[in-house]
Amino acid sequence: MSSAERVVFEHVTKRYPGTGAGNPGAVEDLSLEVPAGKVCVLVGPSGCGKTTSLKMVNRLIEPTSGRILIGDTDVGRRDVIELRRRIGYVIQQVGLFPHQTVGENVATVPRLLGWDVGRQRARADELLDLVGLDPASYAARYPSALSGGERQRVGVARALAADPPVLLMDEPFGAVDPIVRERLQNELLKLQERLAKTILFVTHDIDEAIKMGDLVAVMQLGGHLAQYATPDEILARPANDFVGRFVGADRGLKRLALVRVGSVDLQPVTTAMVGGDAAEARRRAAEDDFPYVLVVDERNRPLEWCRDDAIPAEGTVAATNGLPAAPIFDRHTTLKDALSMLLASDVQAGIVVDDARAVRGLVTADMIGDRIRASAETAAVSSGAT
Amino acid sequence: MIDWAWVGDHLDDLAWRILQHFTLAAIAVGLGFAVSLALSIWVLRRPRLRAAVVTASGVLYTIPSLALFAALVPVTGLSLVTAEVPLVLYTLLIFMRNILAGLDAVPPDVLEAADAMGYSSGTRLALVELPLALPLVIGGIRLASVSTIGLVTVSGILGDRFGGLGFFIFEGYRHTFMTEILFGALPSIALAIAVDVALVAVQRRLTPWAAQQVPEGMRPAAAS
Ligand SMILES: Nc1ncnc2c1ncn2[C@@H]1O[C@H](COP(=O)(O)OP(=O)(O)OP(=O)(O)O)[C@@H](O)[C@H]1O
Ligand SMILES: [Mg+2]
Repeated sequence: MSSAERVVFEHVTKRYPGTGAGNPGAVEDLSLEVPAGKVCVLVGPSGCGKTTSLKMVNRLIEPTSGRILIGDTDVGRRDVIELRRRIGYVIQQVGLFPHQTVGENVATVPRLLGWDVGRQRARADELLDLVGLDPASYAARYPSALSGGERQRVGVARALAADPPVLLMDEPFGAVDPIVRERLQNELLKLQERLAKTILFVTHDIDEAIKMGDLVAVMQLGGHLAQYATPDEILARPANDFVGRFVGADRGLKRLALVRVGSVDLQPVTTAMVGGDAAEARRRAAEDDFPYVLVVDERNRPLEWCRDDAIPAEGTVAATNGLPAAPIFDRHTTLKDALSMLLASDVQAGIVVDDARAVRGLVTADMIGDRIRASAETAAVSSGAT
Repeated sequence: MIDWAWVGDHLDDLAWRILQHFTLAAIAVGLGFAVSLALSIWVLRRPRLRAAVVTASGVLYTIPSLALFAALVPVTGLSLVTAEVPLVLYTLLIFMRNILAGLDAVPPDVLEAADAMGYSSGTRLALVELPLALPLVIGGIRLASVSTIGLVTVSGILGDRFGGLGFFIFEGYRHTFMTEILFGALPSIALAIAVDVALVAVQRRLTPWAAQQVPEGMRPAAAS
């Protein structure tokens, strides 16, 4: 397993031909260091040079001046083909090879590196598993038979195939709908807990930056770095007006994105297992003041909400015609996303599941509201103190 | 009407004329494809050269076939070269157009992903671009095959060593003998259809990922 390596930009400038000497470059004198194993999110308005910065790392674009180091080596001095095979790259359009199966796509870099076929295949299966796609049902498919979210997962698996120390991701979740995006973000965070790669992640969505980044680099038109700090720091102390405006007036609300569902005390939920004794479930349901019970499968995974009085008086519990068990959160869901999903759905409680998708408890809009009030008070106290 | 007795007497001739017809066409399609592929790759990333080469192949295509055969006779005589050169030249436009359209149609994000994963430009061309161009390339082979099978008939003007099934058509005309004209014409149509059907099967085989992906307007037209 290769360890992560730091990525350093040293006074990197890129001017495209045609931009005169007086004009600002696409990237101007960018200096920043991403420590090994950290996620750095480059965020900023369209055209501020995020993609250009990213592509200079794997030399799809060559800088006009300055240099970029991976570890201690200047990428400009490495053989470009060999360099690229050591850097994972994920883009919004994914760019899967349509003529290759999912398994072949994932095994691209191992194949280029000349691994034997058995090892390639084993690695592809391992990675598909890692990104939550069952190799038995996905490896032999062509990309045209995948959903957008599945394609993006395959793209991530392909980028990780040769275990590169550095991963570049350019708006990887930009083309999927918000619910799928939230799930893919959580999966990437989960992966990152295990893999600890150095990740440069580009987005123009400040919420995504706050959620995904250990460090956030806010970029300004003309390729200037406006602020480089932790998400907390950027929300608490924007370095200048530009960052303040970019972060938005709802900074208090955005701070909710710093808190994950995994770190709050969950509200317990009454569950009833499918096939279990209905009378017993009905009795337990009546004990709490919540008008619904959560019907779960034999592995405690949520199936649907059922009104207390819709449980039959005798016989067994069945999942039939209740309300859908949604929204579902996991420990990486931010309170901000949780709140917006709750507001968008009819129910007032989100179901929190663990990595095995088993029910852990509930998060309610009220709980999040309490949290906002508490943090508003702390903010008032701390600003009063300074 | 049809003189069945004559037909019965000439079935042996028919067999080897079909073989001759097929061979003349196959040589032309094979050579034309090789030349076009090389030319296409050469001009692919050279826009000005590309425009010139495509225009030139278009001009060649407009020369009437009989005139071209006739013009070559003083140079290369009544030889296989004289028979094949015009056939090859006529395939160039079809092949170049389809090969280049196929390569142009490779999505830019796929190319970028290939570069980013460390394909060299040669491997990228061989393992990504050409395979993805395959539906249109095979479309070009189908068109070129059908049109060449039609043109081989005309090479019968060079004498009975050439022309394939066209020999019967020329002879039939000379003797105003309808049976012999049909004896050449119908099998040549059947040959064109059979080759086209075979190539469709080859295409299905080679491009399992692209069941319905050939863009409209690029599908091979009916026999010309
Ligand atoms: N090949 C190019 N030639 C000339 N100018 C370019 C080229 N590529 C990008 N630019 C310019 O450089 C600037 C930065 O582009 P870049 O793609 O890095 O922006 P970005 O931050 O990724 O934007 P977005 O969020 O829209 O993707 C833009 O003004 C863009 O027009
Ligand atoms: Mg961009």
